[in-house]
Formats: sequence, C-alpha cells, structure tokens
Amino acid sequence: MTEEPAARPLAVEARGIVKTFPGVRANDQVDFDLRRGEVHALLGENGAGKSTLMNVLAGLYRQDAGEILVDGAPVAFGSPRDAIAAGIGMVHQHFTLVPSQTVTENVLLGLDRPRFFLRERQFEGEVAALATRFGLHVDPRAKIWQLSVGEQQRVEILKLLYRGARILIMDEPTAVLAPQEADELFVTLRSMTAEGRSVVFISHKLGEVLAIADRVTVMRRGRVTAAGLPTAGATKADLARLMVGRSVIDAPDRTPFAPGAVVLAVHGVSALNDRGLPAMRDVSLDVRSGEIVGIAAVAGNGQSELAEVVTGLRPCQGEILVDGDSVANRPASVVLRHGVAHVPEDRTTVGTAPNLSLTDNLIMKRYRDAPVAHGLLVDEAAARAFAGGLRDTYRIASPNVDTPARMLSGGNLQRAILAREIETNPGLLIAVQPTRGLDVGAIESVHRLLLDLRAGGGAILLISEELDEILALADRVDVMYEGRVVGSMPVEEAEIGRIGLLMTGGSEADRDATPVGAAPGVAR
Amino acid sequence: MRIHLEPRTTTPRWLSPLATLGAVAVALVISGAVIGLVGGDPVRSYLHIVEASFGSIGVLSDTLVKATPLILTGLACALAFRMRLWNIGAEGQFLLGAWGASAVVLFPLVPSGTPAIILIPLMMLAGMLAGGLWGLIPGALRALLGVNEIIVTLMFNYVALFWVQFWVFGPWSEGGFQQTHPFPPQAWLPRLTDFSSVVPGFAGLTVHAGLLFGLVAAGLLWLFLERSRFGYEIRLIGDSPRAAEYAGINIKRRLIIVFAISGALAGLAGMSEVNGAVHRLQDHISPGYGFTAVIVAYLAKFRPGRVIVAAILFGALILAGREIQPSGVPVMIQGIILFTLIVGDVLVRYRIRITRGGPAPAGPLTPATGSSIGPAPRPEARG
Repeated sequence: MTEEPAARPLAVEARGIVKTFPGVRANDQVDFDLRRGEVHALLGENGAGKSTLMNVLAGLYRQDAGEILVDGAPVAFGSPRDAIAAGIGMVHQHFTLVPSQTVTENVLLGLDRPRFFLRERQFEGEVAALATRFGLHVDPRAKIWQLSVGEQQRVEILKLLYRGARILIMDEPTAVLAPQEADELFVTLRSMTAEGRSVVFISHKLGEVLAIADRVTVMRRGRVTAAGLPTAGATKADLARLMVGRSVIDAPDRTPFAPGAVVLAVHGVSALNDRGLPAMRDVSLDVRSGEIVGIAAVAGNGQSELAEVVTGLRPCQGEILVDGDSVANRPASVVLRHGVAHVPEDRTTVGTAPNLSLTDNLIMKRYRDAPVAHGLLVDEAAARAFAGGLRDTYRIASPNVDTPARMLSGGNLQRAILAREIETNPGLLIAVQPTRGLDVGAIESVHRLLLDLRAGGGAILLISEELDEILALADRVDVMYEGRVVGSMPVEEAEIGRIGLLMTGGSEADRDATPVGAAPGVAR
Repeated sequence: MRIHLEPRTTTPRWLSPLATLGAVAVALVISGAVIGLVGGDPVRSYLHIVEASFGSIGVLSDTLVKATPLILTGLACALAFRMRLWNIGAEGQFLLGAWGASAVVLFPLVPSGTPAIILIPLMMLAGMLAGGLWGLIPGALRALLGVNEIIVTLMFNYVALFWVQFWVFGPWSEGGFQQTHPFPPQAWLPRLTDFSSVVPGFAGLTVHAGLLFGLVAAGLLWLFLERSRFGYEIRLIGDSPRAAEYAGINIKRRLIIVFAISGALAGLAGMSEVNGAVHRLQDHISPGYGFTAVIVAYLAKFRPGRVIVAAILFGALILAGREIQPSGVPVMIQGIILFTLIVGDVLVRYRIRITRGGPAPAGPLTPATGSSIGPAPRPEARG
C-alpha cells in the first residue's frame, strides 16, 4: 500500500439510505462509501442493518430514500442484474449454486454465452485462468456437490469475477469457513484489491475485521455509529463499544440479590453446532435460585448452543444438573418436567407455530396437564379460558384468542411466549435474546417480567447480545468466546470495556494498551 | 406490465371457501370447453352426470358405494397431510387392506363356518393391519432414515398391485381367472337390499355397511384431530416442526404412528370394498381410489367432515364415468379440479398485484412452496 488510501477515488457512495420493512426501520439515513482497492468492513450485531444496506447496493432491495453513486454517477438498480452490470456483485451467506452441475457450468449459468454449443474445454480454461489469477483453487470440472463449503464460496466469487465485478460484497464470508480457509480467502481478497477491485466485508468478528480491512463502518440499530474508520489505529475495545453502544434503557428497579440453592449446574459441557463443528468447549457454570446469570457473547460463540443443550434440544457431552437431577441428553419433554422454561432465540418458528391460534400457542407447555388436558383430549373451553386469562394478565394485544400467532407484533409475540413460559412457574428460565427487535416500551415490560420471576425465587440464564441488558438485569456475568467461558464476574465488577474485550477474544492484559474511545471518526 | 405475487398478511374468512367453490366452478368451465372441443355438449354432459349419479334412489345408492372407499382413503390422506406428510400411497394401502382381509377367508386363517359376528371384525382387523403395515414402512423409513415418503409411498403402490396380482393369478386363482373364489356369505358386509324383506323400498340398494365405517371413521378422526392432545400435536408439527420439538414432542414417534393410522384407514377401505361390494379379491378392484383420495383430501382442506362431501362428489364422477363418452371425461375433470384447487390456494395465500412499467418492487417475488406437491392448504385452526 504505497498510495495514500484517502487519496484513492471512491468506487461506491451511498447517501442517506432509508429502508423500512413492516415495523422496522432497517436503515435510517445511512451513509457509506467504498474506495477503489480497499477492503471496507461493515460491522454490527445481528439486525443492525448491515445486510439490508448491502442488499440495496446489490440491487436486491430498493431503498425508500437516498441515492447510490457508482464511480461518481448516480445509479438506480432494479435487480441484481443491473448491479452486476455496474460492477457490483454480492456473495450471500446461502450460496446460489446448482449442486449437480460443474463449476464451469455454474459460472456460465445465466450468461448469454456460449451461444449454443457449450465448448466446455474453452470455458474451463478461462475459469481455471481466472481462478489461478486470484488464488481461488478449485477444479473447473468438479461438480458443486463434491466441493467443500469453502470451495463453493470460491465458485461464488468466480461467478462474480467472471461477470466483471469490480466491487465484491461478502456477507459474513468466514461464518462458514474453517480458520485455514478463512486465511486463504483473505489472500484472495488481497489479490483482488491489489488489482484495484474493492471489497465490502460484512462481519461481527472484530479480530477478522482488524486483520483484513483497511477501514470499518459500524452500524447499530439501523444507524451508522462510526463511518469509514481506519482500522490502523483502532482496537477491538473501540469497535466493541461502537457495536454495543450506550444504554438507551433505564436500569429497572430490582430487589436485593438473595441467591438460594444452585438450580442449574453445567459441568464441562461440549457440543457441536449444526454444521458439526465444535460450538461449546468444556463449558461450566452455575445458576442459583433468585439469580440472573447473563451470558455475554458475540453471535456464534456457542451461547445459542448452550441454551439448546440445557433445554434438551441438542446432544452434548458433559454433565448438566437441574435441581440435582441429570438432564444432559434427555428429551426436551423430560427437561420441561424438571421445571425448565425456555424463551427461544427464534420466536417465530421455534417459540410459536405461526399459523396456529394464540390459544394453541399459549397451551403449548400445558396441553398435557389438567385443566387444559381432559384425559387424552384437549378441553376446548378450558384451553380458551386459560389463553384468555394469560392474554389479560400479560396484556397481549390481539383481537381474540383465535388470532393466528403470525398476526401478532414482535413485542406481543414475545409477551405471549414469556407469559406461557412464566406461567409454568419455572424453577429455571432460559431466555435467549428476549428483547431483540423490540421497541423500548416492550423491552421494559420484558425486563419487568424477568425481574419479577427472579424476585419470586426463579433462576434465570439470560443470553443476550445487548450488553446493556445484561448489565441492567444480571447478578453475575459470564462471557463466552469461541465456545468457552472466558470470564465470570459479579455484575458490580463487570464494566462494558472489560466485557467487550473478553467477548472478542482479548485478554485482560491487552486492555490498557490503547485508551478506549481515542479513535477518530466516531459519530456522537 | 409486471405481475407480482405478494403474501397476504390477513386473509378474510370467506376467501378460502370461496376459492374452493371457485376452483370447482372454473374446473367445470375448462372441462366443458374440452367437451365442446371434441364435439360434445357440455351442459348436457353435466346434466347427464348429475342424473346418472343422483337422479334416483338407485343411482344415489351406487354413488354412495363408490364414495365409501373414497371417504376412507380420503380420511387416510387428510390425516397424513395435516402433518405435512405426503402419503401418496393410499392406493397401495387400500390394496394391501383388501388382501389382508381376503387372507382371513382364503388361506383360510379361520374355520369355514365362522359366523359373521366374529369373521367380519377379524377381517376388518386384518385389513387394517395389512394397510397399516404398508403405511408404517414408509413412515419408519422417513422417521428413522429421512427417506422421502412421497417416493416410497408412490412406489409401494406398484409393489402392492403386483402382490395382489400374484395372489389372484396364482395361489388364490379361481380356475386360472384373475380372481379368487367368492367369499362365504357370512363375510359379506350387510347391504340395504339385504333388509328388503323388512323395508321393501330397500330392494336393489347395494349401499353397504362400509359407508357406516366411513362415517364413524370421519367422526373419530374429527375427534382425534380437532379435540385430542395427539391431534393438537399433529397440528403443531404440521405448522412448525421446530416449535413442536421445543414443546417436547417426539416428532419421529408421531410420524410413524400417523403413517400407520393413515395406512390402516386406507386398508379398511380395501376391506370394505372386497367385503361389501366385490365379495372376492380380484385384479382391478380399485379404479384409482387411493389417487383420487389425494384430490378428495385437498378439496376437503384436510377436514374429516368435508372429506365425506368431496368423496360423494368424486364417487358420482367415477360412477358417471361408465356412462359418459369419451369415458376419460370424469378423470379429466378430477385432474383439472386438482389444478384449479392448487391455483385457488395460491390466491388465498398471496395477492396478485399488477404494476405497469418500472422495475420490480423490492421484496420476495416468488412464492415459496412449502412442499413438493404444491402449496398446501393450511388446516384452519379449529373446525
């Protein structure tokens, strides 16, 4: 990098982008610029609006307001085809390849050449040459299904390069890669920027961002919190603070901490994720009666798997005790009977059945017991009365108890799930991202419900990406990174900078090396 | 000009029944056009179909005889489809049920003088066991090994067909003909005509006790699906398997049980057909009841009560098929009804928006089909 980066011309400029989905403003006056020959990281938590912004740039969504300039000229994309014609291509998290076809066939798919005869040899040569040029090692004749995920990702990149993309948008490219494959990807990205191409790199892994990106833009709740910050002077702690932001919610009143007996004991538990890679490594923690233990971790560090393992939805190795009884690898129904309630991360397909009525959704944990159950039958009247009672007590706004769950707003759906779970009078509640996507009022009512449960002697394991939420509610904070518990402290000793550092793989020793908040270009 | 499909956020209550009726009406118009094209008179043809199937007590009774196996196989499909299990094998389960019932008197498994009061329940049990087993195998393959149940059930139909053919051409053949000896009279299901000495008006009416099986089965299935804990679990699994798992439901076990019950219902249909109508096992006992059952279940939106209505409608079409030339017309109408039903269902779930000029608006433009058959009608929450 001999040229002064700031002097390079802009490849893409987005100004004042607004994109609203029903109930959510995913992008609110977002500015973003990308220079030629740079890797620009886009950093933020899930739901911060990163993918929305990039889908606008790639022609998948059309912005409600704002403009996009490519090489200084305004453009209006109607489809990804328009975007790729302007040189912008995106590699999505879910690949768009035909498994039964070869690499070359996939690269050519949708192009108007070859006209009729495939002349595979010639095109295989072209694809191979392109692959070699950028270090994208893949056999042009291999069928897609024979390739590893990393190789498939290379084919996606080849497709875009073959179509002449000068700007590559990679949506969390390393999420599916093994560490070595990620290193190879970085080499490829470097070789592309060396040719003057530009890369947008969406991620929420701080270490990677600092390793590969020239600049970083941080988003939080649909807004940019740091625009085009050079990574040269930035630290993980700075970035973590920008990602998780400052408190927007008041700390709710809470009763004094009066812990009782250990309700949940996790000893040396390891588990795999859906792709069969290690997600939890030797995790141990305790949750006591009357205690909220908050798990602070960036998405994908094993906390989702922790919730599933404890609730019987994922196999594991190690020991899990609820009230002294072993529940590891027992079916979910057994864990339920031990008084474990669960507010799942995915509230629309796990926490509720979208097309079933509110009644059907509210009796999900009670249909086996009287009064809702009447022998082998479900007592219709009792079920409706039960649902109506919960609806009134927890103020679930819905036209009636027959309304399908999918018609409920996010906040009401979450209240319905909490109502159902808390009503079982659980000894232990596993709450995963209980306030994600909710507005401030709904967040407060969810927090109130959790604190009431705690005051009543319930044990709560709270898994959240919102550090503020953990600090406001938890009595104890455990930090997870790469599947391990890397720190555990009472909330009084938990301080946002320290936790942010632990969450992102830093050690306590790194902490004082760079002063927090010294980085330039920080909004507000 | 562009046409977009957008998912509906709210569905008016009247839309779904209207779409079903509309689908049948459109299907009749299209079929009428085809009949007109080949030189027929569509109005007269339709009138003839109505006349030939509902025109008198006698033909009404014949229609009900044809509807009986359709009710039971339709219920079999409706049960499986509720859980989004695509059991396309009711035909094979029907045949196995007929074979299992026949085995009781043809092997024979009971002494020849066994009275009806013992013989008929035994044959019902044998038919349901054989059909249930024929459903259990694809169910277990799906639950334990993840094998696609559509393919297995479809292929099992042919295995069942050849199995029955082997027995009627071979060991059980009556003098080399492709049929068995007739069953002893005490194995026959009682028919209305059997009571003509008491009620003279019943003379010649062949409607048999199998219809009663169908009606009772529909009632029990309604209770099972709409009022039982198991039915609640099936609804939950059908709508969101992950939510069901989260609620502590053992999906694999439910899947195998549902497949076995579905097969047993179709097996009972086969038993009722051989014991009530044919009185022997022979080749071609089914004109495709198990396949028509798929359409019946769809038309009924997987609801047991409506299965009865749809089965009678299709029973009439099958009956009229003997009278209409060209004889393929009723089959064509069936096929077109399935198509228009699926289109109607898309219209219930999506609204059509037509825009002039300009690029497509952002958002998902293609409907995501939830199954390999096509968009499945959602069983509405409660009957």
